[in-house]
Amino acid sequence: MATYSTNQFKNGLKIILDNDPCSITENNVVKPGKGQAFNKIKAKNLRTGRVVERTFKSTESVEAADVDEMNVEYLYSDGEYWHFMEPSTFEQHAADAVAVGDAVKWLKGQEVCVMTLWDGSPLVITPPNFVELTVAQTDPGLKGDTAQGATKPATLETGTEVKVPLFINEGDILKIDTRNGEYVSRA
Amino acid sequence: MSDCQNKGWSTKASDDVLLKRALMLKGIRSFFDANDVIEVETPLLSHYQTTDPHLDSLQSRFRDEVCFLNTSPEYAMKRLLASWKRPIYQICKAFRDDELGPNHNPEFTLLEWHRPGFDMQQLMAEVADLVKMLWPLANASDNGTPVFKSMSYQQAFEDFVGINPHQVTSLQCYQAAKAKNVDIPCGLTTDSYELNAWLDWLLTQLVLPAFDQSTFTFLYDYPAAQCSLAKVAMNEQQILVARRFELFYGQIELANGFHELTDADEQHRRFKLENTVRKHSGKRCARIDDNFIAALQFGLPECSGVAIGLDRLLMAVTQTPNIEHVLSFSWKRS
Repeated sequence: MATYSTNQFKNGLKIILDNDPCSITENNVVKPGKGQAFNKIKAKNLRTGRVVERTFKSTESVEAADVDEMNVEYLYSDGEYWHFMEPSTFEQHAADAVAVGDAVKWLKGQEVCVMTLWDGSPLVITPPNFVELTVAQTDPGLKGDTAQGATKPATLETGTEVKVPLFINEGDILKIDTRNGEYVSRA
Repeated sequence: MSDCQNKGWSTKASDDVLLKRALMLKGIRSFFDANDVIEVETPLLSHYQTTDPHLDSLQSRFRDEVCFLNTSPEYAMKRLLASWKRPIYQICKAFRDDELGPNHNPEFTLLEWHRPGFDMQQLMAEVADLVKMLWPLANASDNGTPVFKSMSYQQAFEDFVGINPHQVTSLQCYQAAKAKNVDIPCGLTTDSYELNAWLDWLLTQLVLPAFDQSTFTFLYDYPAAQCSLAKVAMNEQQILVARRFELFYGQIELANGFHELTDADEQHRRFKLENTVRKHSGKRCARIDDNFIAALQFGLPECSGVAIGLDRLLMAVTQTPNIEHVLSFSWKRS
């Protein structure tokens, strides 16, 4: 079992906390004058996305997490698994619904996603920040209604519903920010 | 200069701070000159590393011999004192491995001085005098005299933690931390040998945050087990305490001083004990500095000594929150 000592702590280091792989986002040494030093860290749980805070007595060691990240292209879903391919090696990886999570809302095929692997298995799929998707269904906007900020629901080709401005029509291609699920513009 | 401040080759310190560093050094030298304290220089490179279990020396090499950069000039200055017996001061660099952050740079500037005949209280008064003398360097809006407070380590723990630090167990520290909703560090157990680590933790979490943030606070009479190089003596309640003090500005530690231990055998015993602690925490044992022990055997005059981190003092004076901005070039740019 690989471990890291507190003096190896730095941002981006992957460690195991509460049985989950986490990435250190902040590391501060607390040292009262001549005495014992402590490391106060913040780390992002790579499975849940939650940020945890933890303090260690310096010289303690903590289990290393074998975590890799790579760019993969989304291929297709067989209903149970979502299949991705590493473009350089053509190697395929199958991720389950837990790993794919909300990314599924934005994937239709050929998007380049970031796949986080823990001990060689897909842990999280992060979709591209922006995707372009076609509107499958939306009610026609009322003519002459130019009220600022007014929106209506639209269903995208992936089945996901987003709020769009009233002038959007079926068949339009939209740019969506996947981080907050919001409409950005017409593509 | 401000045009190039964000370039990698350039300093992150402002013109004002660089100038104030020069004025601070000049002010310190004139202060000691007026008080007949003599400036000395001692080696930065030594055959010995520190035994202090909480410090690690940076290693270097001369020909085939591994040697070390000093973590403080204390031993060498005391060797001078033993033969010379005159008040001395030094402004020098000190080096410590694994110390990097907003208040730490692996290479930093120390002012250390030793006063034969002074007890701890007299030296604390002189530290305050020096800081007051330098305070006009502070920005115009904060001028006036800086406020100094002084409290015993015991008083501080009784007031802010609710325990007597001289008569407490690791388990009681743990319970006090729980009761006050203090985060419990991973790896800190309730084994009895962890008591000092617990006190250090509670100090940072409950005592220092309670200090007035724009005030200088002396904390004195440390637990006997944290004596380091200080004399141990009974306080007024007949509890054994270390005649050691630290000075804080807000929560930042600026200085550490001792009524110096002069007993060579006791010093040797403490070094051996420190090596045991080092071994226990998985660190290398350090060869004990025989020259220093021999100097104590020859006879160190009764004296008090203190070391002040000048980079941090400059941070306090100029209200600079990060040490990078008071150094010409911090570790990252060195």
